[in-house]
Amino acid sequence: MASKFLDHGRIERNVTLLLILALITVSIGGIIEIAPLFWIDSTVEKVKGVRPYTPLELAGRNIYIREGCYNCHSQMIRPFRDEVERYGHYSLAAESMYDHPFQWGSKRTGPDLARVGGRYSDEWHVQHLVDPRSVVPESIMPTYAFLRERDLDVKHLDEHLAALRKVGVPYSKEDIDKAVEDALAQASPDADTSLLKARYPKAQARDFDGDPKRVTEMDALVAYLQMLGTLVDTRAAEPMEQAR
Amino acid sequence: MIALLFRSGGWLFALLLAIIAAAEAEDSAFAVQMGIVALAALATLWITLSRTDFEVLAGRKPAPVETGYYDDVIRWGTIATLFWGVAGFAVGLYIALQLAFPMLNLGLEYTSFGRLRPLHTSAVIFAFGGNALIATSFWVVQRTCRARLAFPALARFVFWGYQLFIVLAATGYLLGITEGREYAEPEWYVDIWLTIVWVSYLAVFLGTIVRRAEPHIYVANWFYLAFIVTVAMLHLVNNLSMPVSIFGSKSYSAFAGVQDALTQWWYGHNAVGFFLTAGFLGMMYYFVPKQAERPVYSYRLSIVHFWSLIFLYIWAGPHHLHYTALPDWAQTLGMVFSVMLWMPSWGGMINGLMTLSGAWDKVRTDPIIRMMVLALAFYGMSTFEGPLMSIKAVNSLSHYTDWTIGHVHSGALGWVGMISFAAVYFMTPRLWGRSRLYSLRMINWHFWSATIGIVLYASSMWVAGIMQGLMWREYGADGYLVYAFSDVVAAMKPYYLIRAAGGVLYLLGALFMVWNIVQTIRGRLRDEAPLADAPYDPALDKPLQPVAA
Repeated sequence: MASKFLDHGRIERNVTLLLILALITVSIGGIIEIAPLFWIDSTVEKVKGVRPYTPLELAGRNIYIREGCYNCHSQMIRPFRDEVERYGHYSLAAESMYDHPFQWGSKRTGPDLARVGGRYSDEWHVQHLVDPRSVVPESIMPTYAFLRERDLDVKHLDEHLAALRKVGVPYSKEDIDKAVEDALAQASPDADTSLLKARYPKAQARDFDGDPKRVTEMDALVAYLQMLGTLVDTRAAEPMEQAR
Repeated sequence: MIALLFRSGGWLFALLLAIIAAAEAEDSAFAVQMGIVALAALATLWITLSRTDFEVLAGRKPAPVETGYYDDVIRWGTIATLFWGVAGFAVGLYIALQLAFPMLNLGLEYTSFGRLRPLHTSAVIFAFGGNALIATSFWVVQRTCRARLAFPALARFVFWGYQLFIVLAATGYLLGITEGREYAEPEWYVDIWLTIVWVSYLAVFLGTIVRRAEPHIYVANWFYLAFIVTVAMLHLVNNLSMPVSIFGSKSYSAFAGVQDALTQWWYGHNAVGFFLTAGFLGMMYYFVPKQAERPVYSYRLSIVHFWSLIFLYIWAGPHHLHYTALPDWAQTLGMVFSVMLWMPSWGGMINGLMTLSGAWDKVRTDPIIRMMVLALAFYGMSTFEGPLMSIKAVNSLSHYTDWTIGHVHSGALGWVGMISFAAVYFMTPRLWGRSRLYSLRMINWHFWSATIGIVLYASSMWVAGIMQGLMWREYGADGYLVYAFSDVVAAMKPYYLIRAAGGVLYLLGALFMVWNIVQTIRGRLRDEAPLADAPYDPALDKPLQPVAA
């Protein structure tokens, strides 16, 4: 296409030119669309109550990722009447601000889990993970009984927290040093968890899997599920939204 | 001699590194992965040494002069395409059945849907699609540049390195190693390996273009080039992550929450846009004109098609995040550009279909052309459906449902699959020096089996997805939601079964193809009646007699 303004023949005879022009063309969209999210403050508005995951919750979250739960469960409630009634207050950007990676999901083969925390008992979750159809006959979820049999690997949790700190999660030195201890304490019924709860407000500490003698992967996963969506007091925000 | 020393020394070094990493591993899955790396390094070391002609090295024999096109890698790539294709389709069928019959998860962690689904998506996109792209791009760039492939040894590295990437990714998923973001699941060390392989791929491709004997770079190569560099950019940015330990598999994404979501879908949508579209358009621009024996319909349209497609695609990512916590302006931008994307997509489809002007009769007699036409038709359909679904009002219904799955598969099975099959059918007799394929009629069986499969798949998922979306938002006269989530799950079962039936047919078609290709490579010719045109009969070619009143 040779015109007064553009001789495409020049581009297609010069591979360097073709390469550079193509690279520029495909860069523009990303630069304009994604880069501003990192410096526009309103992208993630501060919300009271959001905190980094406790080591046990983090371990649970890693099991959630490892088992590919995100393939079937979203964690992003959209601001529609039916979703808000079904799952709870719509999700806020701040609620996933410490999520490396995000787990919003793209498919609801199973229900949204963004606010599943506190909706069911620990016993229900354990029973449901061990044999989903024993509590929800229509369920098509795989069984995860093996989580109950397997001790949680806590050895390197401090390294996990340290890695997250490097990418911007505000874990303190104390959080990192005590990571292993914190993880075990949060899942043990008789441990002193006052310091843990001071550093991680609203952290729930108890035996989650019904086996107080061991800290299993089931403990970690249920601890994670039970905290999902519980950090922000959405009810406190509602009156303000109504007023407008 | 020095080159040999470097090469074998390098593989020995890689072997030692892998052994150390396996011994020091913080998690057993990482040890298994490093064991696989060690085996691969050992095999390569052994092959490097055993294949070296020491007579030539010592100068007692002249080095053989290589002429002609370098097609070894393309032959391997064709076989790998078939192998991974069948594997990926089979896993897809299995997980489709898991949704209808959950006991097929077998209660084992390795066979649960959550671990097998990434195996399926990666196997079909990166293993089947990737091998098809590598093989055809090497074929096309040599023929259209009239130059032998640059750096044959590097090309062999690209092929085998890419297979190692696939094996590491696939075994990793089964072992529970994942970054937890769709289509970017491989962990940090696999990402680094893929980067090395991909840069080598770019070097081979660019090197061949630089050595071309034709002054102009053919349009197919623009698309392949854009695919290679853009995928490199997407891969590098989206996989920025912080490993927990260099002796462990786990890493944490450099981004969090909103930013991570948009980076991921910028990657994810352009995995579709560049991996599954631009690359395969490269395939279309070469193989359709060759098989039809007609020039590309419009040179001007191909220029507009190319630049507008690669410019617009990049913006479309946010349509995966409508009504989420992503800022509204980004969602709207994503929607607008997705709708605009309809135009270059259809421009490309028109350019492909109109290439057949004057050769439309071949649709009747040439099953390869028929496959290409179907591929372009599905390309047109899914690139119309995509912009439709990116409109926020439509997306509010379609998002999170199986409609999305249906959409993806009409593009993947219809467009990507069919154009790849057509390219493989085109290349195989030429690669192995056969007069023709084993059987043309079997291509026909493949065509119909796959087509009916796609129709069953896409239509069942459309119906199911829209039903799902409507049931979730259904309110009764009492003002309450009508259906529990579990009711909707139960309602999906018949559609999951129809979808699985579609998968069976598509897989069956692929098996016809494997048989056909294997027999072609073996040099067999099937004894069959040729696919006949309607023969011309001058006796019948006359005005009809008016019927007596």
